[in-house]
Amino acid sequence: MAERDPAWKVLAKPAHPHDSAHLHVTGAARYADDGVEEPDMLHLAFGQSAEAHARIVAMDLAAVRAAEGVIAVYTAADIPGENNVGPVAHDDQLLADGVVISVGQPVFLVAATSQRAARMAARLGKVAYEPLPALVTIEQARAADSLIEPTQRMARGDAAGALASAPHRTSGAFAMGGQDHFYLEGQIAVATPGEDGQIHLLSSTQHPSEVQHLVAHMLGKPSSDVTVEVRRMGGAFGGKETQAALFAAAAALVVEKTGRPAKFRCDRDDDMVMTGKRHEFEVRYDVGFDDAGRIAALALHLATRCGATADLSPAICDRAMFHADNCYFLPHVEILSERLRTNTVSATAFRGFGGPQGMLAIERIMDDVAARLGLDPLDVRIANLYGPGRDVTQYGMTVADNIAPQMIARLRQTSDYDARRRAVAAFNAASPVLKKGIALTPVKFGISFTTTHLNQAGALVLVYADGSIQINHGGTEMGQGVYIKVAQVVADVFAVPVTQVRITATRTDKVPNTSATAASSGADLNGMAAYNAATAVRDRLTAFAARTFGCDEGEVRFTPEGVIAGGERLTFGQLCRKAHIGRVSLSSTGFYATPDIAYDRDAHHGRPFYYFAYGAAVAEVAIDTLTGEHKVLAVDILHDVGRSLNPVIDLGQIEGGFIQGQGWLTTEELVFDDKGRLLTHSPATYKIPTASDRPARFTVSLWDGENVEPTINRSKAVGEPPFMLAISVFSALNRAIAATVPDKRALPPLDAPATPENVLRAIAGHRAT
Amino acid sequence: MSVRFVLDGEVVELADVDPTGTLLDHLRYRMGRTGTKEGCAEGDCGACTVLVGDLDAAGAAVRWRAVNACIQFLPMLHGKALLTVESLSRADSLNPLQACMAANGSSQCGFCTPGFVMSLYGRAIGASGADLPVADVIAGNLCRCTGYGPILEAGEAVGGLARDDGALVAVLRELAAGGSASGRYGDRCWFAPRTAWELAELLAEHPDARLVAGATDVGLWVTKGLRVLEKLIFLGDIAELRAIEDGPEGLTIGAGVTYAEAHAAFARLHPELGELVRRIGGLQVRNAGTVGGNIANGSPIGDGPPALIALGAQVTLRGAAGRRTLPLEAYFLDYGKQDRRPGEFVESLFVPRPGSDDMVHISKLSRRFDSDISAVCGAFALTVTDGTITAARVAFGGMAATPRRAPACEAALVGQPLTLATIEAAAAALKRDYAPLSDVRGSAGYRLEAAANLLLRLWHRAQGTRVSVLELDGRDG
Repeated sequence: MAERDPAWKVLAKPAHPHDSAHLHVTGAARYADDGVEEPDMLHLAFGQSAEAHARIVAMDLAAVRAAEGVIAVYTAADIPGENNVGPVAHDDQLLADGVVISVGQPVFLVAATSQRAARMAARLGKVAYEPLPALVTIEQARAADSLIEPTQRMARGDAAGALASAPHRTSGAFAMGGQDHFYLEGQIAVATPGEDGQIHLLSSTQHPSEVQHLVAHMLGKPSSDVTVEVRRMGGAFGGKETQAALFAAAAALVVEKTGRPAKFRCDRDDDMVMTGKRHEFEVRYDVGFDDAGRIAALALHLATRCGATADLSPAICDRAMFHADNCYFLPHVEILSERLRTNTVSATAFRGFGGPQGMLAIERIMDDVAARLGLDPLDVRIANLYGPGRDVTQYGMTVADNIAPQMIARLRQTSDYDARRRAVAAFNAASPVLKKGIALTPVKFGISFTTTHLNQAGALVLVYADGSIQINHGGTEMGQGVYIKVAQVVADVFAVPVTQVRITATRTDKVPNTSATAASSGADLNGMAAYNAATAVRDRLTAFAARTFGCDEGEVRFTPEGVIAGGERLTFGQLCRKAHIGRVSLSSTGFYATPDIAYDRDAHHGRPFYYFAYGAAVAEVAIDTLTGEHKVLAVDILHDVGRSLNPVIDLGQIEGGFIQGQGWLTTEELVFDDKGRLLTHSPATYKIPTASDRPARFTVSLWDGENVEPTINRSKAVGEPPFMLAISVFSALNRAIAATVPDKRALPPLDAPATPENVLRAIAGHRAT
Repeated sequence: MSVRFVLDGEVVELADVDPTGTLLDHLRYRMGRTGTKEGCAEGDCGACTVLVGDLDAAGAAVRWRAVNACIQFLPMLHGKALLTVESLSRADSLNPLQACMAANGSSQCGFCTPGFVMSLYGRAIGASGADLPVADVIAGNLCRCTGYGPILEAGEAVGGLARDDGALVAVLRELAAGGSASGRYGDRCWFAPRTAWELAELLAEHPDARLVAGATDVGLWVTKGLRVLEKLIFLGDIAELRAIEDGPEGLTIGAGVTYAEAHAAFARLHPELGELVRRIGGLQVRNAGTVGGNIANGSPIGDGPPALIALGAQVTLRGAAGRRTLPLEAYFLDYGKQDRRPGEFVESLFVPRPGSDDMVHISKLSRRFDSDISAVCGAFALTVTDGTITAARVAFGGMAATPRRAPACEAALVGQPLTLATIEAAAAALKRDYAPLSDVRGSAGYRLEAAANLLLRLWHRAQGTRVSVLELDGRDG
């Protein structure tokens, strides 16, 4: 849309708390597991594969069927339609059919009278396997040439030639681990039979439309017979974009077979074993640069453990390539992205969607270049920023609103970076055991689904004759505040208090064919769709008021004090009542498709993103050189959300995203054994940050700017970008480790996550000659 | 017989209780109180936090403590008072803590929020651990959305909240007047004796019964292992096992004393022991888990035993035949094997007070500082006289199949001058004491290197050097 209203023209104060906050704190907010269970409800559990890769030779489920409380047991043969819960490639089976490809993969499905009975029975299955070669690691998959899709290349210029002629050149390699989402609410779906073969699903999913379509195909039904509803999720972070479908499909299958309601509430440990995680990467690079550290050429190799199926890995690996520039101009560059298929749980979407991995790669390269030259890494970063004449990305998109240089300069000043860097050096000179490090890293994150057709959204606005309003749209609420933001948009259109807008659960029978709430796009897309729906109703009301009160439409104004039409003033409710009697439609759908984006995936060239969101962070850390223990002492963030729709919500996303990123790079370690079994499948062994891991000093400021593109309120997406601000922690840890041998011109060999063990290993590696 | 507890002033009476049915499941699926959430069902996330109260020793007031409902078995509630998030308010009348959290952006997805509300409410009403900083009180509550800032702020902003438990005290007194509880459930049975003598008799009769104190370990056998426990004896009602005696010679702690109850006494014995206890589990776990249970279950990575061994603790076991006392390290025989004879139970622990010449140092290494399990836990108690080490007790957890002393290391210390050379030699000797395994918490190589470095940490600390990042904060120069 070319023209739009100015931001918040009528309502002054956009900072509303989360719409459900009063329900959260009282325990009254309802999640999928909180409804009353019907007496005949069945509870489900999967029998899981014990093998990473094997042929199923025989399955003896007699003991399972005979177990107390068991009503039914199903295998792949019982699935009436397509045995698939995969989003794109249709290679994720609901129940393994003949061959298992990862440990924990569902092999059979138990329906019983209680969750405990189902779980106990599921462990009684006797499955005989004939082992097949299991590829657990990136090396094993590479040796077997096992790929999800062909290796992708994104390039510009002549990287090899420019490397050869660069004044300086260095190469390196490092690894970064995956990450479990650890949404506090585990995967869950509740399926209820309706009349005439219809099924209703309460699903904790970011993508109700996809769950609907997959379930319909699995059952051989039209999509119109399946309704998916989600009021809220107890956290998702990408982990419920595709992964929720498995549990919903299982519940729907049981409803179809038994005619009884069915709930699949997955146990935490099973959830961690069975569902996908952030992709693990191995990075190799060869970089050429000048005396100032300005990069002349980069050859970057990103190897990704995608797991057993495609899931969203192609797009995720693409995004790693897109963000391998971060804020920096790479004149000659070749990025190769190797997407390896392994016999481990299929990796999936997770906040940042490959962006963090690509960005960590280039930031580590910045640190390496600085270390080789003996420069402050911030100077190297600044030398490489996009700027005039250097403003086109390696995929051909112009960086139109390059605010990274100003943001870095501002944060450098407000955080007192230079003085603190000197203080850190002084501390280190006097401290034999503890060492500190400080780093400033920026973020530039592309906003849009890189699969262009996903950038669309629908909304439904219902205005009742009393002036109360219901809003429904395709966005799902997982805590990020998309519901309150969209409600604010609608309230603003009608100039009514946001409390007059009733936010309703996302349902596929209200808005069809929606995209996942993902890619940080929820408020951008659904806010604009809701805006279009609301303005359609308001335009009708405007016309009606002009007719009724005999004035021009331009003389009809919606204000917080009521609707003013010519000389008349009446409440919004009064106008709605009159309009209803005047037979004016008071509901409308709204639709929005992001303009101006186009991308040629074969060439990896074009404009995949509508705009970029920016940020920068300074992290100061301390390490213990005897144990590898470390602590984030202080963090200062400056982040760009355009003109904020809701600063309270946005600050929450920034802080929470940062801490989640800090967890990814420090305490959160996924450990698989050589048989492909995940050993860290519980919060006892997998450690997300806790309250004391939050830095004692933590400041967050919002950049005072607005989106150059006409987004809703000229705001910017905020869900994912702040996650990557935590790269500053990893960079600062490198600096602290480097301080153990202050004059050495080399980067410590630190892999992520920087657990105490990895830090101690990096110290030893750095000290070794 | 029935399990009876008080919820919102009303006595709830449950007949035919599954002795390993969890409080969480009962609240959610039998009582429709779905505000209490299941996040992990293993006591690690705090989404199911509720407050459990019992009468203080004088019977005059209610002592509240936050626990994880997911691993509280129903019989453990017998005679107790219970508060869930629904007890605090309704949506139209938030209490000040809830109002502050709602206004402050303390919730995003909201799923963990009721658990945080209960932990912070406990702090506000003076529940167990109320003297701890807010971050410690919520260390056992995980939030994946907020990054904790607005929650910490709300916890700080809301000071104390008044609570009138007068009527509740009377009800609890009434409940306490009954005798020992016990029950049958099909062919399974459970007992909750009131005296140590009763316990000894019960154990003599049922040597195969599983003793359950806080259920922070046994709870997972049920929720994760899906085990069916046939016979259980719950220890929570035995007042004798819950005594703490802080004498001039040392500390005597009943086996049923929770880590939270023992925290202050341990900290008085030595600050580093107090710091270690602070880092055992979250507050909910310390409010349930007992010192005796941490010993009795013989875990190779239990955090209490290495420190207690280094301090020279002695454990007293009791059975129908009487008592015997042995050095704590002698109790741990091998992996999963302890010197506890049929019919015996761990009764108490005595920890001698370190002398003024003793150098005590305790270090726990884990991926995360709070609410994590050790990769390595090292404890050192050296007696230094005129610059010479005259006695040394060194013990480690995570380095062997049991918490164990380090004889070669100790030998390298005793009789030697306290110098860096001595410390380095002792550190090197650890290789002869331990051959640790690689597992999910750390590799064998890391464990050996870090264990040796803990001796260097002791040395540097003695020189006045800062050796822990926990001593630094954001404003530190």
